[in-house]
Amino acid sequence: MIELTIDGAKVRAEEGMTVLEAARTQGIVIPTLCHFDGLSPYGVCRVCVVEVVKGKRSSLEASCTLPASEGLVIRTGSPRVQRARKVVMELLLSTSPKSKLLQDMAANMGVTKVRFQQKDRDCILCGLCVRYCEQQMQSGGLGFVGRGVSRRVGTAFDEMPEECRNCGGCEWVCPVCEQACRADDLIDGLCGGCLNAVPVESCPICTECSQSVGAEGHRTFR
Amino acid sequence: MSRLEGPNQIAELQREILEKRGKFGHEIAVCGGPGCRAIGCEEVFRALRDEFQRAGCGEDVHLKWTGCRGLCAGGTIVVIDPGGIFYQGVTPEDAREIVEETVLRGAVIERLLYVDPTSGEIARAQDEIPFYRGQTRLLLEQIAQLDPSNIEDYVAAGGYAALAKTLDRLQPAEVIEEIRISGLRGRGGGGFPTARKWTACREAASSDGTKYLICNADEGDPGAYMDRSILEGNPHSVIEGMLIGAYAVGANQGYVYVRHEYPLAVQSILTARDQAQARGLLGENILGTGFDFHIKVSRGGGAFVCGESTALIASLEGKIGEPRPKHVHTAVRGLFNKPTVLNNVETWANVPLIISRGGAWFAGIGTESSTGTKVFSLVGNIRNTGLVELPMGTPLRMIIESIGGGVPGGKKLKAVQSGGPSGGCLPADRIDLPVDFDRLAEAGSMMGSGGLIVMDDETCMVDFAKYFVEFLAEESCGKCVVCREGLDRMRDILTAITEGNGTPESIELLEELCEVMKDASLCALGATAPNPVLSTLRYFRDEYDAHVNGGRCPAGVCRALITFHIDAAACTGCGACARECPEGAISGEIGLAHSIDAEMCIQCGICRTTCRFDAVMTD
Repeated sequence: MIELTIDGAKVRAEEGMTVLEAARTQGIVIPTLCHFDGLSPYGVCRVCVVEVVKGKRSSLEASCTLPASEGLVIRTGSPRVQRARKVVMELLLSTSPKSKLLQDMAANMGVTKVRFQQKDRDCILCGLCVRYCEQQMQSGGLGFVGRGVSRRVGTAFDEMPEECRNCGGCEWVCPVCEQACRADDLIDGLCGGCLNAVPVESCPICTECSQSVGAEGHRTFR
Repeated sequence: MSRLEGPNQIAELQREILEKRGKFGHEIAVCGGPGCRAIGCEEVFRALRDEFQRAGCGEDVHLKWTGCRGLCAGGTIVVIDPGGIFYQGVTPEDAREIVEETVLRGAVIERLLYVDPTSGEIARAQDEIPFYRGQTRLLLEQIAQLDPSNIEDYVAAGGYAALAKTLDRLQPAEVIEEIRISGLRGRGGGGFPTARKWTACREAASSDGTKYLICNADEGDPGAYMDRSILEGNPHSVIEGMLIGAYAVGANQGYVYVRHEYPLAVQSILTARDQAQARGLLGENILGTGFDFHIKVSRGGGAFVCGESTALIASLEGKIGEPRPKHVHTAVRGLFNKPTVLNNVETWANVPLIISRGGAWFAGIGTESSTGTKVFSLVGNIRNTGLVELPMGTPLRMIIESIGGGVPGGKKLKAVQSGGPSGGCLPADRIDLPVDFDRLAEAGSMMGSGGLIVMDDETCMVDFAKYFVEFLAEESCGKCVVCREGLDRMRDILTAITEGNGTPESIELLEELCEVMKDASLCALGATAPNPVLSTLRYFRDEYDAHVNGGRCPAGVCRALITFHIDAAACTGCGACARECPEGAISGEIGLAHSIDAEMCIQCGICRTTCRFDAVMTD
């Protein structure tokens, strides 16, 4: 066992655990997006960043890929972490304004305005479908094509891959197309939360993804 | 070509070659660097060869290629020995005169010599040129002297002696100790102490004992070609450095990851590898000592991000060239999950020098924390563009004024950008800064791989930052959100500012986005990408404000924000601008001052470049 400090609390973790896993064993909520139990950590959405304190200096690291190690000092909700997460959410929402999950997460983090130009590309390239197809279905029919902003999820030669068994897992795991936000008019890039005004206990999104949205639930919509 | 069977045979071979060489009467060296090739040195070489044949010089004359001579602004460069006569700007038409006058009659052709633009002094040999006088050319002088396609040239100049010394007399730990004493830091940008990397790899456990060495030759910064020149001009120094490194860390397999866009460098390293193998300097049982080391040459597909160590390793493994989180150093778990030492071309090329002359000698050059020399590619608005090599800690002013010859065209220096697209800008009033890893970082820039872009006062710093952000947005691998989307939005904001649609809030948002990108990116490409914006915001904030608040571009670059007019006092009425204007927006009678119709003008700037009297002005 190793011992690290998360938000001031001493946390014991097993060798090989990530900081995210160690935090969760103690009920410390770190929002995630591209992380999914059963799939390899990918570390690309940067929503789960935490502050790693090393003496007087500190840096931000994605907690889903950061190995828990002896003596590590972690802050999961410092102002620096919050600022980074908010900007990340704004970037994600300006790419994919119709994702209900993203809208919910942004609301929970206190994002009040998306200041970037809207792009409406839908896919946020979290890679969940690619990893699900490869690691859970042992298929590998999906992959990334291109680089930079022209990067997209695709199949070989853009044809229906032979490996595909129509399991639908890629669609199920997708944070954008699983449940689209039905709001017609976005105000400042946000949905306004009107459609989310349901009690936390019966909201299917929140109960399913409480690990993502966090224990704070729908506080901001009251 | 015979195989060498023992370390002491290197010195024997060197003696043999030197005896054979002594017989040549003349040696004519044509620069084959990237700059000279672009200007057509291959035709010069052919013309010289034909002229020698015609004159019947045959055995007496040795015509050869060399690597880059550095003074790329003076291409094609031809140097004639004895005498070291340095001809620049040579064209194929000059070949006959060079052969008849200089080689056969020993006369110097004055018009091909270098004339110092400030003092008007004529330089006969390389050492007399101010550009070379101020330099400490450890790596570059080898490149300028050697024929890269001939291993004998390298051995004659003392090459592979460091390898012989290593295998004959040094223990691996002693090699690393020598590197530690030298204080050598990685030349690829990060400046990580080389000895520490090697020690970590040496001590790292590998289940089957396999360890790897990688030479990073994926140089991709716009305007930078140091590594290219070294690999093209002196590939054996890189191979020798890798051999010594492999012996020190216990590796038997090395890779040279070189850009596909550098075909000559690829060819050069392949030829060198084959020659070294044929001589028993590479492969199995090197120099009869039982030490094995193999080198594979791998070509990169042209992604800038593959210069990043983990992306490069992914690419070598046959995967998509994308970085991964670096929580475990590549020295412990790198290529194929084995301990791996990855160093840049220039770092490897320094290793044989350190082993030959000693770590203390190397540490005596440069500053305390940054030792040795660094090769810079000096480009942009500067008179002597080219490659220069200087001790670390040389003030920027010396590089720009004495070596670079200053800014041409009577314009003023505005800023210097160092470290490639991820580096930062330093304003003209900071040019007394000594250039080393730490001073540059303190000033908000970085050493990077050694690119130096000089800008004159006609450069708009917002436009400049936009250029680099556009480059990086194209080259981002797109894996992590902050870098991919962040650079894209940064480009949007900068475009809006240069088009006059910026607001004070857009500058605030830009700053916040920059800070978050620095903080939260997955790899160093994203984390350093905001540097051009942050450093221009730090030193040229007023220029951003002028774009946003005043709706003007002080440098007269951003077309949406400028209007052109003609200074009636300076205009001679020649009519040249009116003839060139694509919109027919300029009118006036010949001999009288012309004027521009602001309604019709599209701000293309053709009139300004056409005018020989500097009469076209911008507001």
